[in-house]
Amino acid sequence: MTTIKILGSGCAKCRTLHTKVQELVATNGLTATVTKVEDLVEIMKYGILSTPGLVVNEQVKSAGSVPKDDQILAWLREG
Amino acid sequence: MITHATIRLTIITAIMKQLSAANKFSMVVLLLPVWIALYLSLDRLTRVIVYSFLSMPEDEHLTRAVYFFIFEVPKVLLLLTLIVFVVGIIRTYFSPEKTRAALEGKPLFVGNVMASSLGIVTPFCSCSAIPLFLGFVEAGIPLGVTFSFLIAAPMINEVAIVLLFGLFGWETALLYVIMGLIIAVTSGWVIGRLKLERYVEEWVYKIRSQHAPVEEQPLTLTDRIDHGWDAVKDVVGKVWLYIMIGIAVGAGVHGYVPENFMAGIMGKDVWWSVPLSVVIGIPMYSNAAGIIPIVQALLGKGASLGTALAFMMSVIGLSLPEMIILKKVLKIQLIAAFAGIVGIGIMIVGFIFNAVY
Repeated sequence: MTTIKILGSGCAKCRTLHTKVQELVATNGLTATVTKVEDLVEIMKYGILSTPGLVVNEQVKSAGSVPKDDQILAWLREG
Repeated sequence: MITHATIRLTIITAIMKQLSAANKFSMVVLLLPVWIALYLSLDRLTRVIVYSFLSMPEDEHLTRAVYFFIFEVPKVLLLLTLIVFVVGIIRTYFSPEKTRAALEGKPLFVGNVMASSLGIVTPFCSCSAIPLFLGFVEAGIPLGVTFSFLIAAPMINEVAIVLLFGLFGWETALLYVIMGLIIAVTSGWVIGRLKLERYVEEWVYKIRSQHAPVEEQPLTLTDRIDHGWDAVKDVVGKVWLYIMIGIAVGAGVHGYVPENFMAGIMGKDVWWSVPLSVVIGIPMYSNAAGIIPIVQALLGKGASLGTALAFMMSVIGLSLPEMIILKKVLKIQLIAAFAGIVGIGIMIVGFIFNAVY
C-alpha cells in the first residue's frame, strides 16, 4: 500500500498534479491512497520551498513542478 | 544468451536516448536561424501586408495603427518565445533550495544584494510565496534579506524585460532591471534595519521541518531543453492574449490619440503623476503584459519616462494578490511597511527620471 501526498493549497499546478496522480493510480490499477495536504504547517514539515510537493511513502520526490507521467509512475512503483 | 540480449537491448536504449537528445538539440540549433530570419524580415513582411496586400494608403491614422499592430505582435511574441526558452533553461541550474543554501548566514547588506540578484534567476511563482517565506525564515535568513528576494523575484521577470526591450529599446529595459535591483536591495535592507520581526505571525517561528529536503535529480541537456519548452508553453500560453490586447490598444493610441494628449496627466511637470501612477499600479498585476504596450504608446503622447517607469514598476512589483497571500504569515503592519517602502522607492525612481530626462 502506497501513501501519496500532494502538498499545496491554492496553486494551479497543485490541482493539476493532484488530478494527474489520481488518474495514474486509477489507470494503472495501483493500490495507493492519494491525499492533498493543504495545511501550511503540515506542508512545511516536509521542508519544501515551492508547491506542489509530491510525497510518496513520506519521502519528498519533487517540489515546485508537475513531473512527467512516467517519472511519477516510476516513483509510485518503487514506493 | 540472456546477458547477450540484455546487453544489446541496453546499447540500443542508450543509442535511442542519445539520438533523441541529439535530435532535440539539433532542432533547437536549426530553429534559431529560422527565428532570426523571421525576426529580421518582420519589417518587410509588414510593409507587404499593409501596403501591397491590404493596399492601405500611407500616412493615415488607420494605416499607422494597423501597421503598428501587425509589426509589434509577432515581434514581441518572437522575442518572448526565445527569451522565455533561454531563461527556462537557465532556471534549471537554480532552485529555491539552492538559493536558500546560498543565503544562509549572509550579513544584511551582502545578503540583500545576493537575494535580489538570485531573485531574478530562481524559479518563482507568487503562488509559492508562502512556503518560500516560511522556508527562508526557518533557515534563519534575516527578514530583510527574504524581502529583497520577494521584491526582486516578481518585479524583474522575463516577460517584463522582453516587453520593455521590444517596445522601448534595450536602454529602458536595462534601466528597469538596474532600478528594480536597487529598489529590492534598499527596501529589503530598510525592512531589515527597522527590525520588523515582531510583525511576522508567531506561529511562523514555531515551524520546524523534519524531513530532508528534496534530493535533486541530475538533469541532462534534453531535460533542460524540455524545461525551456515547458516554460514557453506555460508563460506564452498565459500572456499572449494580454499582449495582443495591449498592443491593439497601443496601436489605437498610436494612430488616433493626439500628440501631447497625456502631458497634462503623465507629463514630467505634473508632480502628482508619479505617486498617482504607483497607487493605480498596485491592483493591476495580472494585466502587466497588456499594460506595458499601452504605456509605451502613451510615452509618445506626452507621458514622461519617469512616470511611465514608476507606473510599470508598481504594476509588476507591487501586487495586491501577493499581499493578500502574504497576509497569512505577516501582520498588516508589516505588509503596509513593505508596500510603503517599495512604493516610496519606486516614486524616488520616477522623480529622478522625470528630473533627469
